[in-house]
Amino acid sequence: MRSNHFWRRYDRLLGPDPASDVNDELRFHLEARIEDLIAQGWEPEAARQEAKRQFGDFRTVQQIGQRMGEKMERRKRFTERLSVLLQDLRYTFRTLARDRGFSIVSILILTLAIGANVAVFSVVNTLLLRPLPFPNAQQLIRIHDLDPKAAESSRPFSTDALQELQQRTRTFQQVTGYFGFSGPGNVKLIGKDQPRPLTGISVAGNFFPTLGVKPLLGRNFSAEEIVRNSRPVAILSYPFWKRQFAADPLIIGKVINLDGNPTTIVGVLPDTFDFGSVFSPGSKVDLFTPAIFADMEDWGNTMNLVGRLKPGVTLAQAQAEAASLFPQLHYNFKRPDMGVGYSADLSTLKDYVSGKLRRSLIVLWCAVGMILLIACVNLSSLLLARSAARSREFAIRTALGAGRARIIRQLLMESLLLSLAGAVLGLGLAYGILGWLSHQNSIALPLLSSLHIDSTALAWTLLVAIAASLLFSLMPGIRLATGSLQEALKEGGQATGEGKSHQRMRSVLVVCEVALACVLLVGAGLLLRSFLHVLDVDLGFQPSHSAAISVSYDDGGDPVKRGVILQQILQRVEQIPGVETAGISDNLPLTINRSWGIDAKGHAYRKHGVPDTFVYLVTPGYLRAMGMHLVQGRDIAWEDTDKKQAVVIVNETVARYLWPGEDPIGKIAIINGSSHGYAQVIGVVADVHETSAETAPGWQMYLSETAPQFGPVGAHLVIRTKLPPASLASSVMGVLREINPAQPAYQLVPIQTLVDRASSPRRFFVLLVAAFAGLGLLLAALGIYGVISYSVTRRTQEIGIRMALGATTGIVQRGVVLDTLRLTLAGIALGAAASLASARLITSLLFATSPWDATTYAGMIVALIAVALVSGYLPARRASRINPLIALRSQ
Amino acid sequence: MDSAKLEFLRGTLDVLILKALVWGPLHGYGITSLIRRQSDDALLVEEGTLYPALWRLESKGLLEAEWGLSENNRKAKFYRLTAAGRRQLRHEVKTWDAYATAVAKVLDATQPPLPEEIG
Repeated sequence: MRSNHFWRRYDRLLGPDPASDVNDELRFHLEARIEDLIAQGWEPEAARQEAKRQFGDFRTVQQIGQRMGEKMERRKRFTERLSVLLQDLRYTFRTLARDRGFSIVSILILTLAIGANVAVFSVVNTLLLRPLPFPNAQQLIRIHDLDPKAAESSRPFSTDALQELQQRTRTFQQVTGYFGFSGPGNVKLIGKDQPRPLTGISVAGNFFPTLGVKPLLGRNFSAEEIVRNSRPVAILSYPFWKRQFAADPLIIGKVINLDGNPTTIVGVLPDTFDFGSVFSPGSKVDLFTPAIFADMEDWGNTMNLVGRLKPGVTLAQAQAEAASLFPQLHYNFKRPDMGVGYSADLSTLKDYVSGKLRRSLIVLWCAVGMILLIACVNLSSLLLARSAARSREFAIRTALGAGRARIIRQLLMESLLLSLAGAVLGLGLAYGILGWLSHQNSIALPLLSSLHIDSTALAWTLLVAIAASLLFSLMPGIRLATGSLQEALKEGGQATGEGKSHQRMRSVLVVCEVALACVLLVGAGLLLRSFLHVLDVDLGFQPSHSAAISVSYDDGGDPVKRGVILQQILQRVEQIPGVETAGISDNLPLTINRSWGIDAKGHAYRKHGVPDTFVYLVTPGYLRAMGMHLVQGRDIAWEDTDKKQAVVIVNETVARYLWPGEDPIGKIAIINGSSHGYAQVIGVVADVHETSAETAPGWQMYLSETAPQFGPVGAHLVIRTKLPPASLASSVMGVLREINPAQPAYQLVPIQTLVDRASSPRRFFVLLVAAFAGLGLLLAALGIYGVISYSVTRRTQEIGIRMALGATTGIVQRGVVLDTLRLTLAGIALGAAASLASARLITSLLFATSPWDATTYAGMIVALIAVALVSGYLPARRASRINPLIALRSQ
Repeated sequence: MDSAKLEFLRGTLDVLILKALVWGPLHGYGITSLIRRQSDDALLVEEGTLYPALWRLESKGLLEAEWGLSENNRKAKFYRLTAAGRRQLRHEVKTWDAYATAVAKVLDATQPPLPEEIG
């Protein structure tokens, strides 16, 4: 073979061409053969024929050749590209490693921003986007009865109404329910040691089948187990089974002692079913027992209903049916005088669980989105500064033959690499945050326990990371693409002229950043003000200095004995040093709200049944122990045990409504539609916020716990003390154990805990939004500092000259600080305008706070200016220390 | 024996091509003539199988191709052994020898094998 001729160099000038390569190769073969044949003495034409004959199927070989050639070409191109990519990647790593400070700061900023985004996305995904953890969850409907008196509150149903509904509905496959008045520690597990308080919920026999929950072990309740006097059975929740029975696989059929009743365990629920997280946020349920309807028909409206729609039936169709059917439902078949009629209010279970949180979550999502934007703006600014410093490097590389596209690709790769590093660390951060959140039992948010990072969240992370890297490399990229090579080389890093437009670009970025931080601050400020207002609400009782503990006693169903025992408990407890006063109630505010009816005797019969009134069975001293305010009349006394006519204390709302303009004291009230008889009003107390601080107080009445006509449901001892409750816990427990050795080890809970729990969702959101606002402020401060500091460096000479010409340090400092202020004020103006415009989004989340709250805006402005001054002052001080001689010599 | 009808055993062509290139780069036509002459006209390589085989060896990285000029100054594609090709050749020759020896032993046998010991 001879060496290449010059023409070979241009042969494939327009890129490789496998097809003509094959043709050339094969043609050469044929021609060589023909020449040989001619040399052997063949006639040229015959030689051509013979060569073709010898070759055989020319066309097929040609096609094979072209196919293989193309494949090889593709592979070659791919490996070439890969090697270029690897080269770029190596170079990028080297560059980032060299500029360690920049890389660390960038990755840190991205970690915070992406981590916050992923964490919030996971919360949003769990609560809003993902379906509830039940099969065909969209068919599940929460059924309420609308209280005609208060539009917001909804009521449960009686068991008779539930059964009637089950028979008559045509839109639901199944309707089921659970007992709505079970509280924590309502069941005692009696074993070898002290009785243990457990939380049990009675559910209708078809509860789990309706939800589509299949027991992990064992079975659901059978038909024989939901009738009166049946053998007591229970189904365990997964965590309780694990905790109490060490996940014993042979648990089914074992008998445990609940409240003295031997109860057979028939099933264990799967880990995926968490009753509390769906139906009662923030609570843990240990076991489920069947609701025996035959026993419950006289208990009133106790069942919270859930239905599963038939396939293809819409919520609107079900609502239409309910509108005509529900008013016909019987409250109690045996007592038609109690009236018929419910009014239906259907919502999807999903809506019931998370509908109220939708707005909060969207605001939260916007807040983290803004954090991400601020982070991007910050990085953009950092990259701009860096690309200015690197303009020489780029110019040299361009001069050495690197294409502009390659350099821009290089920049993109740097951004992407930073972003991905941030994403990986951010995922770790989010994982930590979510792990912590999912174990926060004190936050009454639904579905918290099922928080985790799923594949959707991972995809979101990747998306956010890529979007962020594109976003923050956009500006530097454009700048590089439009910049001039010669300029950069000429400037030679002195950065004097490269200036103005560049500096303006970064100033715009800072203004944007300040504006975003401003919007965040306003949002956080408004939510914080609302939260403070919520804390300020007069609850009607004084939660500080009070603590409550569940009390168990055995009166054998004898009200007289009950009175003696309770009186004894209170006397002994009040003797404990530090306890100022004590009282007992069957229910505490902000926990479970049981409602009965109350009416003034002599009033016309109300068609819609009796108005709902929250009822508390209390002992003397309870009002004082809770710090409630008796407006009129007297407290209940131990002697108020008249069988025929009980005594009642009503709240101001009831008094105002039932006896308007009259003195309620001494009036006679009908309790619960006369099923519990009459009661004389002996006092009026100030309204108590029984549901939450944010909702208006409802109707309330207080009856004597020792009165024979009202069977108590439970007993909570409330003590009032100036000491920390924990220090009294053991002596209170000691007294209770002395009186009743079977007293379970309940905890003495500060009443403040109940209040905190009720406001925990709001606190949760305020905390998060405030944290995001703080983060935004920090990032904005970094941005301001970066830009101002850079401009001072750039103007070293100018400042030096001015100082040489007699400018004082004060004047120089003032100049720099004024620059900072100008940027900040522009950002504030922009941000304030945006906040005012978007005020409507947040209005529904505020409590007693205007979305245009002047204090908040003023606070925001002060905070931003203060931060700006600090971040501008540091460069200003540096500027004023410039030594004119050195500055000028550095020319 | 009719030389044109001597069929190639599977895989034999590959090793012959590799061997042909041991003496230096050749174009496809050169390879056919080298094999023909070296086998004293006993082996005739068909073009329809030669070129696909060459391209396959090239895509496996056993051969390298380069355009050059032939003896009579024509543009031709020359193939050259790569290091991997050389290794492959050594390996194939060894396998071929072992195979040929084994076949020869059987074919050249003059008496049946001794009975195997059972144990």
